[in-house]
Amino acid sequence: MTTTTAPPAGAQTGTPQPGTSQPDSPRRRGKRSPGEGRMAAMLLSPTLLVLALVIVYPLLSAVHQSLFRAESGLDADGFVSDVESFVGLANYADLFVGESGRRFLNAFANTTFFTVTTVFLETVLGLCLALAMNRAFRGRSFLRASILVPWAVPTAVSGLLWRWIFQSDGIANTMLGSEILWTAEGNASKVAVIIAEVWKTAPFIGLLVLAGMQVIPGEVYEAARIDGAGWWRQLGSITLPLVKPTLLVAVLFRMLDALRMFDLPFVLIGPGKESVETLSMLAWDESNQLRYGSASAFAVMLFLYVAVVAIVFVKVLGADVTGAKELKLLSKKTARKNRLAAQAASNAEQTDLANSQQKKAEATR
Amino acid sequence: MRQRRRTWQTLLATTASLTVAAVALTGCGGTSTDAQSAPKAAAASFEGKGPINYVSNRDASGAANKTIEEWNAAHPEEKVTFIELPDSADQQRQQLIQNAQIKSDTFSVLNLDVVWTSEFAANKWILPLPADAVPTDKMIPATVNAATYRDTLVGAPYYTDGALFYFRSDLLKAAGIAAPPKTWDEMKTACKTILALPEAAGMSCYTGQFDKNEALTVNFSEAVASAGGSIVDADGKPTVNTPEAKAGLNLLVDGFKDGTFPSDAITYLEEQGRRAFQDGKLVFMRNWPFLHASLSATDGSSKVAGKFDITSIPGTDGPGVSTLGGRSLAISPFTPNKATALEFVKFFTSEEQAQKRLALSSRAPVYASLFEDPAVVAKRPFFPTLLTSLNNAQPRPKVVQYGATTKAIQEEAYAAITGKKDTDTALNDMQAKLTELSK
Repeated sequence: MTTTTAPPAGAQTGTPQPGTSQPDSPRRRGKRSPGEGRMAAMLLSPTLLVLALVIVYPLLSAVHQSLFRAESGLDADGFVSDVESFVGLANYADLFVGESGRRFLNAFANTTFFTVTTVFLETVLGLCLALAMNRAFRGRSFLRASILVPWAVPTAVSGLLWRWIFQSDGIANTMLGSEILWTAEGNASKVAVIIAEVWKTAPFIGLLVLAGMQVIPGEVYEAARIDGAGWWRQLGSITLPLVKPTLLVAVLFRMLDALRMFDLPFVLIGPGKESVETLSMLAWDESNQLRYGSASAFAVMLFLYVAVVAIVFVKVLGADVTGAKELKLLSKKTARKNRLAAQAASNAEQTDLANSQQKKAEATR
Repeated sequence: MRQRRRTWQTLLATTASLTVAAVALTGCGGTSTDAQSAPKAAAASFEGKGPINYVSNRDASGAANKTIEEWNAAHPEEKVTFIELPDSADQQRQQLIQNAQIKSDTFSVLNLDVVWTSEFAANKWILPLPADAVPTDKMIPATVNAATYRDTLVGAPYYTDGALFYFRSDLLKAAGIAAPPKTWDEMKTACKTILALPEAAGMSCYTGQFDKNEALTVNFSEAVASAGGSIVDADGKPTVNTPEAKAGLNLLVDGFKDGTFPSDAITYLEEQGRRAFQDGKLVFMRNWPFLHASLSATDGSSKVAGKFDITSIPGTDGPGVSTLGGRSLAISPFTPNKATALEFVKFFTSEEQAQKRLALSSRAPVYASLFEDPAVVAKRPFFPTLLTSLNNAQPRPKVVQYGATTKAIQEEAYAAITGKKDTDTALNDMQAKLTELSK
């Protein structure tokens, strides 16, 4: 935060800064007096304290817990020995072998599959919703309110609603004229979860993207229309690029959310069904059986997975999320301007030189 | 400038993901790692009087509250407070365990599902009761057995539950079948005749509860026990690789294969089965007694009111063996007022209070005599049949790691009835898993 890699634009061209006072320069802003630093630390400390309490401590505690395992077995009187022994990384090693390994990899695959499919479908649908909501028509506010309803329904309740729809003699089978067992093990249950999840969360993306669309000034579209751009062209060249930052943030949030999916498959299909078991459900199940060590190991793995996805997402698309590309463009422009200015200056110098030489020559003559 | 923005971005994203993960993690932290200063089990002395808390599942009928009110009126110095737990049994168990693990004295008297008995007793989360605490000789033996851990009574039986076999008496009569089937073979034969009737068009023969759930463990246990097998023996060692267990599981597997069960019965829990039976889609159904009232409703909601009857569930050679549901009361070792707690348990589970509660609640008492009281039977016509079922009932596997055990049973039984594994493979895998868990 204190260092900047982008050197002042002028330095690139090697010409001295035309003006000495540049209050907006990043280098200047990065410097702070010791008093300022202390003040900043003081102001940040409550936040850091809360973060340490609610994030760092549980995290470390879970990592610590994941290194232990309860001794199984009963003593002669039939009582559980209440000793937990340090097993190092054994809980983690078990994630990749045997029965628990199979369950872990299955849950990992399910989590990834659900995240990719639901976020993709939500994004497409959410965009469509936003486009629909962004147009001026009668009853627009009613549409907006009604689109919010699925997002406002608690997930467990929507799970129950969809369970009712998907039961064997439910609405889904009646409308399709089929006899699909949606809530039994199998691919149908995956489809059921995806449908319910997309129904619930597409409005979230829709509303965020709508907010992004509404800050696009109308003049831009007006200009585009005058230039003869059609609806598709306007969408591709104006709307999408301008809502991209908002959209990417929405997608990132949805991805983080989808990776820890728990309540919907739990309520809709039921716990312990392999076809829809996610990593969170697995961790819950283990802790429910009092195997806190392996439960923590599952949770830590989920945490690492979420963290990696978040970091990769930000690193790969980060420049666009922050609008840094724009900044780059801006700095390039400035650099070019400076270069031009410098050229002009050196041209002038040369002319001056030429002039003076000419004058000298004239004088000597 | 760019760098700075990027840093903030990373910070933001990291914070977001940390929060997400922290939420996921908090559920799994916090268990006592220190050696438990366990109360000496055998020499549990019940001392200390004062107010206590009774922690239980909800009693919508209000019968339990009435008993407590009566106690409180008589014992103003030792008031009992009713603490209600969530409806989900899993959540109840979780809260009870969490309180026990931190040795909280908030919960004094615990209302435990019969299948948790072994787990709570083995972990010393409940106290063994004095031999004369409850009149066990007057109670249905299976309920006492379910509240016993290794020959020690650890809970006072409160109410009980057993399976009933619901059947369409009108259709049986129309098909000229005099008595309801006692065995699976008789049932299948009866179905052939009945389903050929014009009024039975589109109906299916039988359903139980086969969704991957605790109910599947119940239905599997009943099938195995009805075929003469067991899931674990008296020492808690698994015995599901026996021919009897195979015959039991095959009852369910064949039921799906030959169409005795409707194909969507694989998604049925109690409620779905009730709806199907109530809408006249089934001839036979295994279910709990609590449905009797809604099936007999004469307000038009039930198409089978007055057209059905009940008996014991079928077996292979004679009547089948029901599993046992129900609850018992146990005392936490962490409560300071153990004398009050014991007195309250005695009072609450006494025959007198059980009889009083019958006026409001349809939960079956554990005293056999109450099932034959004509006044009671007039109000709850299913009681005599239920008593027969309960006298023949067996508890689900009494194991310490019940949660993992029932999950292993569900996993393998489900794989077998959906055809993913054949019966032998499923049972061998189940045996292996249960052996691992019973170590």
